[in-house]
Amino acid sequence: MEDKEKVMAEAFVLIVDDEKEFLESISARLENRGFAVDTANSGDQALEKIHGALYDAIVLDLMMPGLDGMATLKLALQRKPDLQIILLTGHASVQHGVEAIRQGALDFMEKPADLDALVTKIREGKDRRMELDAQSREEAVRAALKKYGW
Amino acid sequence: MGFWEKLKPDFWDRRDSELELLNYRRLWRTTFWLAVVVTLAPLVFLAGINFYQFARQYELQRNEIDNNIQRLMGTSRVQISYFLDERRAALTYVSLADTFEQLSDLRQLSAVFSRLRRSFGGFVDLGLIDGAGIQRAYVGPYNLAGRDYKEQDWYKEVQIRGIYVSDVFLGHRNFPHFVIAVRHEREGEPPYVIRATIDTGRLNELLRATDLQPSGDLFLLNQQGVLQTPSRLYGGVLARFPLLTSPPGEWSGIKQMEDAQGAPVLVGMARIQGTPLTLVVVNQPKALLQKWDLLRINVIIMVSLSIVAILVVIWWVSSTLVSRIYEADLKRAATLHEAEYTNKLASIGRLASGVAHEINNPVAIINEKVGLMQDIMGMSPDFPHKEKFLRQAKVIQDSVRRVSEITHRLLGFARHLPLKSEEIHLEALIKEVLGFLGKEAEYRNIDINVRIPPGIPTIQADKGQIQQVLLNIINNSLAALEHGGEINIAVAPQGEEQVAISISDNGVGIAKEHLNSIFEPFFSTKGKQGTGLGLSITYGIVRKMGGHIEVESEQGLGTTFTVILPRKQSSAAKPEAAAE
Repeated sequence: MEDKEKVMAEAFVLIVDDEKEFLESISARLENRGFAVDTANSGDQALEKIHGALYDAIVLDLMMPGLDGMATLKLALQRKPDLQIILLTGHASVQHGVEAIRQGALDFMEKPADLDALVTKIREGKDRRMELDAQSREEAVRAALKKYGW
Repeated sequence: MGFWEKLKPDFWDRRDSELELLNYRRLWRTTFWLAVVVTLAPLVFLAGINFYQFARQYELQRNEIDNNIQRLMGTSRVQISYFLDERRAALTYVSLADTFEQLSDLRQLSAVFSRLRRSFGGFVDLGLIDGAGIQRAYVGPYNLAGRDYKEQDWYKEVQIRGIYVSDVFLGHRNFPHFVIAVRHEREGEPPYVIRATIDTGRLNELLRATDLQPSGDLFLLNQQGVLQTPSRLYGGVLARFPLLTSPPGEWSGIKQMEDAQGAPVLVGMARIQGTPLTLVVVNQPKALLQKWDLLRINVIIMVSLSIVAILVVIWWVSSTLVSRIYEADLKRAATLHEAEYTNKLASIGRLASGVAHEINNPVAIINEKVGLMQDIMGMSPDFPHKEKFLRQAKVIQDSVRRVSEITHRLLGFARHLPLKSEEIHLEALIKEVLGFLGKEAEYRNIDINVRIPPGIPTIQADKGQIQQVLLNIINNSLAALEHGGEINIAVAPQGEEQVAISISDNGVGIAKEHLNSIFEPFFSTKGKQGTGLGLSITYGIVRKMGGHIEVESEQGLGTTFTVILPRKQSSAAKPEAAAE
């Protein structure tokens, strides 16, 4: 994907799910709504992609073969604590939800999810990330000011 | 059997045949009768032996008394016979020692009379009667000389038998007397009779001198049953002896009779040969018989009281025992039943959660595919049947939503979250729940009245769970109501430990045959609109919290659900733990 497109897009989203059909259609739909979408079909692939790009939000399936959603969430946040991750699962339970939020996920949604709700969440994620960005930039500016004593 | 109706054990008519493990009536009967036999048999046996021994003892004593009477009768008879023989011999001697002529001389007769009086005593008079029956000479207090006895019975008898002993009569100075007459007979001499009247005083002394028991009696009777000597028990001379039914002398020996008071007496009789007299010995073995009676009555009373006491105790013990077993068995059966039910719910829960999860993934794909189709169609220019396609897609999406609703509820049903516990104000909670449903009620013109008396205590429970319970039940009530119905919600404390929340509607009610299954999963009367999981989940939650739900319903009149919750969560209230 071109960088220019990413900038133009409403947000840059990574979808992680082991169901290929699901990935295809949801990314098509999100793109139709003006999002830039990247996909991964396993936890490992997702971690790789996170390493190489800056996503506004990540939609992560909880139940996957190999590295599951919860483990991927932990590892991803260890590497980039400001990632905005939305967990999506067919096996919704409050336990999992609480666990995910505690680990630092943005939210926890049940499959099949309403696309509008998902879109709203993704936007929220992007806003939060921007805010965090602004904060860190401000901090950087403040630190620089301090340093150079203007 | 009114008696039995009052006494029968409590469980007798209770019939929960599904829960009964034993035949309790038979158990009771076996226990009761076994105990009765085991306790009463030795008692009755011992009492019988006791009785038999007493009877033996009595028999022995009775024999002793009989022997006593026999001995007394023997000696007395000999003495009386001897007494009479003596007097008769004396008269015979007089007739042999002197001739008729000598005795006709009054001086000679007086001399004989005085000798007799001196040597034997008791002679009152003495007379000489010739062959024609005329009294030739007489010594005594009466003026009987010259009297003709020829036609009198005694004279005839003495002529035939040679001797005559009379009955006792009251003669001189009202003393009892009797007469002895002896016929004199010698070859070549005309026959004559010597007759003497004898005072019975000596005879009485003789009888009195016997070693009679203090309660006994000894006397003589004539052939008519008239007392010839005074008795202690039956009056003086010439009184009738009351106990005889037949003339004396018909039998001899010892008989047991009853006196006028009905007390038993032993009567011994013996004829005295050659006289009209019968010797009678009466013994009243009162002391002995009374003792026997007393013993017998004592034994009977003791045994009867013991039997009654034993029966009462055995009845009580066997009834209590079998009732307790019955209650325990019933409780156990109910627990088993409940455990089975809980188990069933738990395994259905596991199954449901598995199924829900497996379904959710493909449903999510369908959802996205349909969504994509709609997106594409939305962006495409008009093509043939575009509207139709959009409508179909919409229906698919609605159906997907319905499927996902069901799977979410299934997942909710399968949840095994540990309960959180917090203080809950029921009033606030109910208001909150009604906040969700108020719109629908308003729209359908349904009145919801909440009556909560002040001072209802807070309860400790999981707020979300109670919300779900109330939501489910009120939802059901709403579904049961027509436009313009009414729902009443009331809260009341139930004892110290519990709080009851009752939700009643005046809707369609629940059919009787459905009442038992409404808490079972997948049971629904709402047709396509219901999943049949709402009440089942509700039931599971309430049980988990240590409470229970009661339902009353009348078809056409309405339904009342009463949720009874403990005020505090007890650690024991986790039946699910065993099922997991």
